[in-house]
Amino acid sequence: MTPQEIFDSLGQAFGEKLQDRTEFRGETTYSIAASDLRELAKFCRDDRSFDYLLDITSIDNFGEEPRFEIIYHLYSMPHGTHLRLKLRVSEDVGAVDTVSDIWPTADWHEREIYDMMGIKFNGHPDLRRILMWDGYPFFPLRKDFPLAGLPSDMPDVAFTKITPLEGGPFVTVPSTAGSKDREPRARPPEL
Amino acid sequence: MPETHATAYDSKIEGNVIFTRFDAALNWVRKNSLWPMPMGLACCAIELMATAASRFDISRFGAEVMRFSPRQCDVMIVAGTVTYKMALAVKRIYEQMPEPKWVIAMGACASTGGMYRSYAVLQGIDQLLPVDVYISGCPPRPEALLAGLMKLQEKISGEPAFRDQAPRLAERLEEALT
Repeated sequence: MTPQEIFDSLGQAFGEKLQDRTEFRGETTYSIAASDLRELAKFCRDDRSFDYLLDITSIDNFGEEPRFEIIYHLYSMPHGTHLRLKLRVSEDVGAVDTVSDIWPTADWHEREIYDMMGIKFNGHPDLRRILMWDGYPFFPLRKDFPLAGLPSDMPDVAFTKITPLEGGPFVTVPSTAGSKDREPRARPPEL
Repeated sequence: MPETHATAYDSKIEGNVIFTRFDAALNWVRKNSLWPMPMGLACCAIELMATAASRFDISRFGAEVMRFSPRQCDVMIVAGTVTYKMALAVKRIYEQMPEPKWVIAMGACASTGGMYRSYAVLQGIDQLLPVDVYISGCPPRPEALLAGLMKLQEKISGEPAFRDQAPRLAERLEEALT
């Protein structure tokens, strides 16, 4: 089966469920509905040999509706083909079905998305935070979370403070100047 | 004419006895056997390992005995980025070290948070622990760590060790002497 045949047969099998197909540098991307995810994922793995889940990522399109976007990067070992599935989740729903039973590697990827973005995964066997600690009250990769962080405190576990971003040697100043001027190795303290 | 007896400069022990202050002797012993707690948290730990290896040879300063149990350590070398998730663990390990104890903040991250101006990184271990020596660099070269260690040795040799360690005994001795 050539890659072209794979994508054609996917189109035949799912038709309307695969929306706006885009091609970029030989990689195919489909937008799908969140409700079709598991059905499509199982079909891709079992019948079209997309046996390798490279990555799951999420995007916060803050100010748009639906707000979140989740992207599944699939790879077929036998055919050497990439396939990308995108789906949108609104903030009110805030949950997608898990694919961790289809590709076990999704377990930690979904935990990271939950940790950083706050999107839940229905049916996940162990949906805990993976980088921050249990009880940290924020989701740091959301666009409305400030880079400097927010104060929090969990006694005997961890605390956070707001990070000073002004004037440090490694802080970029918005400017059209070269990187040497924007990010000097040292800054006089009065700046 | 009363007879005098030479007590201190007895010919049998002459040459084997020196007079000094107790503090000076104690500090001399302490500063030349600083056992580090290698708190290696990031890339600075690689330089810390290089410092311990034969080319730079930290054992020239008596600090080669890296102890991975805090109960056997004298100086904690915080080498690397201290995240908030790790911060209280570092503090807890410091608290388990027996007195007297010292802290070296090695590199930009441990000293100030370095380039990690971020929600996840503690902006300098001195917010939690009393730091004795800060070492600049990202990461510092082994020479810099050795220079920091020598600075710490200098600092230790000026400390009132006996008074710090046994203040009541020192008071009573002072009273007895005056």
